[in-house]
Amino acid sequence: MDFISILSIFVLACFVGYYVVWSVTPALHTPLMAVTNAISSVIIVGALVAAAAHGDLGRALTSSWLGLAAVTLASINIFGGFAVTARMLAMYKSKKKG
Amino acid sequence: MEHTVLPSWALLAYLASGVLFILALRGLSSPATSRAGNRYGMVGMGIAVVTTLATQAPVPPGDWWPRPTPADLVILAKILAAIALGAMIGLTTARKIQMTAMPQLVAAFHSLVGLAAVLVGLAAYLNPAAFGILLPSGAIDPDSRIEMGLGLAIGAITFSGSVIAFLKLNGNMSGAPILLPARHLINLGTVMAILLLIARFTQDESTWVVATIIVLSFAIGFLLIVPIGGADMPVVVSMLNSYSGWAAAAMGFTLHNTAMIITGALVGSSGAILSYIMCKAMNRSFISVIAGGFGAEAGAGGGEAREQRPWKRGSAEDAAFLLKEAESVIIIPGYGMAVAQAQHVLREMGELLKAGGVTVKYAIHPVAGRMPGHMNVLLAEANVPYDEVFELEDIQGEFAQCDVAFVIGANDVVNPAAKTDKSSPIYGMPVFDVEKAKTIMFIKRSMGGVGYAGVDNDVFYMDQTMMLLADAKKMVEDIVKALAH
Repeated sequence: MDFISILSIFVLACFVGYYVVWSVTPALHTPLMAVTNAISSVIIVGALVAAAAHGDLGRALTSSWLGLAAVTLASINIFGGFAVTARMLAMYKSKKKG
Repeated sequence: MEHTVLPSWALLAYLASGVLFILALRGLSSPATSRAGNRYGMVGMGIAVVTTLATQAPVPPGDWWPRPTPADLVILAKILAAIALGAMIGLTTARKIQMTAMPQLVAAFHSLVGLAAVLVGLAAYLNPAAFGILLPSGAIDPDSRIEMGLGLAIGAITFSGSVIAFLKLNGNMSGAPILLPARHLINLGTVMAILLLIARFTQDESTWVVATIIVLSFAIGFLLIVPIGGADMPVVVSMLNSYSGWAAAAMGFTLHNTAMIITGALVGSSGAILSYIMCKAMNRSFISVIAGGFGAEAGAGGGEAREQRPWKRGSAEDAAFLLKEAESVIIIPGYGMAVAQAQHVLREMGELLKAGGVTVKYAIHPVAGRMPGHMNVLLAEANVPYDEVFELEDIQGEFAQCDVAFVIGANDVVNPAAKTDKSSPIYGMPVFDVEKAKTIMFIKRSMGGVGYAGVDNDVFYMDQTMMLLADAKKMVEDIVKALAH
């Protein structure tokens, strides 16, 4: 993909984000932050790329270890973020259902 | 330039995971759909991870499939171990964390995204071939260097800024703003230096350039957050949320990965909108929050002797009597309620009143708590049904018909000075019209303390106000006892 296609996706996604986030009810702003936190850990994709590369030489080897460290950090966020969001959302109950 | 060419199914899979992330946020438009939304998010993340693992051809060329070499398997095992370790830490934390500590947890999670972005950026710098950004000449593609430089800088700012926010929210560091002399000049200079270095990075890929970008960005994240006071933390947490998104987007540009770009844009806008909502709810401009120092004047103002005005003190029995007689009660909880852990007994009080035929509603100010929506979570945890909880604009008109406005652990958000006194530091902030209620009950530890803004509150001295001076939890417990009789 060339730069312009990528930029187009980015700009359109910003607009989608703008409208979707305004429609989030204020009561759920804390879960919103927790879940955005979890999904921003999609940076794990970059971490996996680095970790999966075979590196026997100095720089490449360092790179793959940095990748592994980033995989660990991103995983903490992914599992922690989604789990804590689920825990919060489970607490929201309506009057009718009790 | 030669980017790694991924098979079409992989590109579509990344697109699908981007769409699932959009649906995850869309689900949050109502509590009823939110749980399904969260599951969409998990599926999206699963797709992104599996797709990456399946398509990432190890370098030097070779494929996992159909015949992975022993070296491939070792790498795969290491990756799975890293994921398992992260999962263990993440799940344990998520299970144990107290709801009152949610702002700290979110700040800590932001710092991890920031640090991960820095590590990924560094990894790409050290092994550009793996990221498909190595030119045949042996140099890193200059376009990618801009994205990489931005990603490293934003990631590093997110990391150090979030660490400071965490320390302040967690109480390891004073919430009071720490002001350096000439800090605006230092900050501006540092930001300029970072931008110049990123520009230089496109021409010169020496290690010192990258290292200096990272070090200066760590420094600016620290310098930006340190002068911001405790009351402004909701804005800071939202802003760092936004940064963590932009960092992910920058890395997405480097990798030409749609899932990362879509997510980065979503998270970036989400955090920016939340910062805007928080600023508006405090009637402060984003610039003035970032410039910092709010609450510094408060410390000075608090020391002055205030004029003595008459006020009425009530007991738990008086309060219980009036509450029982009321037709409608609006409860306004603030962060003080959470600090006293009074939410559960407060819900019990609400239940007793409802059983006696009183209409009970909860009114939540956008900046109640230490992060957007924090108070709603705390009430939900105490089993308050979400349809009894109202936002400022939805309940504002009801105070005139309400018998009792019950203020617990809040102060600035009910201060009429915000509407009338132009010299007040909170002037212009939207506040609840509690003074229109027939009776106001104000739970407060003592008459001495003032809210975060450090201003006196006329509500204390009104004829219809009953001050209930005690620890919030203790007072509500006593009211519950009196109601039960």
